[in-house]
Amino acid sequence: MEPISTIEGEVAFLDRSDVDTDQIIPKQFLKRVERTGYGEFLFYDWMRDGEIELEPHPILVSGRNFGSGSSREHAVWALHQFGFQAVIAPSFSDIFYSNSTKNGFLPIVLPEEECRAIATAGAAKIDLESQTVSWDGGEASFDIDREIKRRLLGGLDDIALTLQSEDEIEAFEAGPGGTYGPVTTAL
Amino acid sequence: MPKTMFEKIWEAHEVKENLIYIDLHLVHEVTSPQAFEGLRMSGRKLRRPDKTVATADHNVPTDGTPTAALIKDALSRKQVETLEKNAADFGVPVYSLGSETQGIVHVIGPELGLTQPGMTIVCGDSHTSTHGAFGALAFGIGTSEVEHVMATQTLVQNKPKTMRINYSGTLGEGVTSKDLILATIGKLGTSGMTGYVVEYAGEAIEALTMEQRMTICNMTIEGGGKAGMIAPDETTFEYMRGKPGVPADFDAAVERWRDLPTDEGATFDTEVEIDATAISPMVTWGTTPGMVIQVTDTVPDPEKMDSPADREAAERALQYMGLEAGTPMEEIRPERVFIGSCTNSRISDLREAAGAIKGRKVADSVRAMVVPGSALVKAQAEEEGLDRIFEEAGFEWRGAGCSMCLGMNPDILIEGERCASTSNRNFEGRQGKGGRTHLVSPTMATAAAIEGHFVDIRNWS
Repeated sequence: MEPISTIEGEVAFLDRSDVDTDQIIPKQFLKRVERTGYGEFLFYDWMRDGEIELEPHPILVSGRNFGSGSSREHAVWALHQFGFQAVIAPSFSDIFYSNSTKNGFLPIVLPEEECRAIATAGAAKIDLESQTVSWDGGEASFDIDREIKRRLLGGLDDIALTLQSEDEIEAFEAGPGGTYGPVTTAL
Repeated sequence: MPKTMFEKIWEAHEVKENLIYIDLHLVHEVTSPQAFEGLRMSGRKLRRPDKTVATADHNVPTDGTPTAALIKDALSRKQVETLEKNAADFGVPVYSLGSETQGIVHVIGPELGLTQPGMTIVCGDSHTSTHGAFGALAFGIGTSEVEHVMATQTLVQNKPKTMRINYSGTLGEGVTSKDLILATIGKLGTSGMTGYVVEYAGEAIEALTMEQRMTICNMTIEGGGKAGMIAPDETTFEYMRGKPGVPADFDAAVERWRDLPTDEGATFDTEVEIDATAISPMVTWGTTPGMVIQVTDTVPDPEKMDSPADREAAERALQYMGLEAGTPMEEIRPERVFIGSCTNSRISDLREAAGAIKGRKVADSVRAMVVPGSALVKAQAEEEGLDRIFEEAGFEWRGAGCSMCLGMNPDILIEGERCASTSNRNFEGRQGKGGRTHLVSPTMATAAAIEGHFVDIRNWS
């Protein structure tokens, strides 16, 4: 994935809470077997009906519990491929948050007041290294797990990093831990 | 030091700090193709095919189509065929369309005895929390993590927080585990469990069967929780005994599993108390599972809600659902009924639903459908004659799959149609664009099918 350092530019505002992944990318677009080509179907039903309008600005701001529901990573792919590089909201679902960080797409948790202030300002700058968001008239700092931050800053490949611990995985499998659970190939 | 069940399982699976070993990886056709492709592109192999199993469920038609090659929808066909090819290429056992053990991934894991206490289980599906009913740590992951597990059999994870919900007393007559979890989400909200592994405990939980417990753990994700868990006990062991995938020395395994439950005096980050005796049959009225009330209530009035965000969300939901504040829930008339999904499609769900029919017919205004969770559930139900009970009453009896829970196959609602559904999500468009979903228990769905409107199952003769 691409490294992230700063993200700067205009802000798109989706003023809704509980935006679920069924809305972000409806089911009919999950039948593809590729990782690309989802951007044009972002919020398909809402966009097609003219219920919402979103510009592909670098930053999206939305309401609490963003990305709830299905684990479909297609939701992150769609947001990212549409043009967003970061999403700021008061809270996220756990799986969506995790999926975002695996794709170099930055989820930022800030209190609702600050989300609204950023939306009103219309533009902002995110600095991942200093963990700050600044906008005309304000600045806020956000929390992010140190290891997630390191991987995002470096654009590091999770699997390659874990495979550096292959000896430890093998040692675990050779011990009692390797004996839990069924042998699926034996059924 | 006393430990929670979660802590015991977590510690037993730490390869090193923040890297946990995965005992079972369940795979389905929608969230895996890009992961398999990732392995190919990087020249990696799938590390442990013997800890991996695949099935086709999300996309499959339920009209009796016997093999993937005969699926009419070209994209669905390609996705299921891709799963079969990927499984063959990487040595993963696959139960695809036509297999006698095909079915919804969260139904087949338990019924094949693959789901066992003390395990770590993941799947590229948010309802993986279902398997926690056996005292396993089970949670949903995205496709990048699916690829990570395929390549390494591990996951990079920060240790989640722990919550215990204690249910005092037992559920009343006609009140089901579906009502219990809906009422819980109604109380805590759709993000009330976010960041937590939730252990469900107390008298009301202990009294439940395994299939009822699975319904509760299944919907943990609707409350935002990472995983739901229930301590294994005699009910668990009896359910598992004799299933194909369980350990050869079952009694020895049971002795090990008896050490898993949370120790007396162990502490949780959060504890919640709920009075199970106060829970009624529930129905959702809005477009999140947290928008839920008792069937005897009336549609809530957004004007009376405290926060502007809640008010706005409720107004939007009522508009989408085509409902007016103050309408008694019992006057709402679904045109469709769906009994199925990983929440409520197991044999006991079908027995309860069939048992509630008692010779009556589906109302003329309703089209009702029963979709068993797996080919084995379907076979069992047919052996018991449940299919005839349903069909004689006017229900459609279908093949196994996720079906109208998410409408990736041809089973969908049309714009404006209202459905009483035993599934888990009432999001806008979930069951079809413009479709209006009310989440209920299997018996409540059956009663709605017969009466043509929601009824309080407790007073329904």
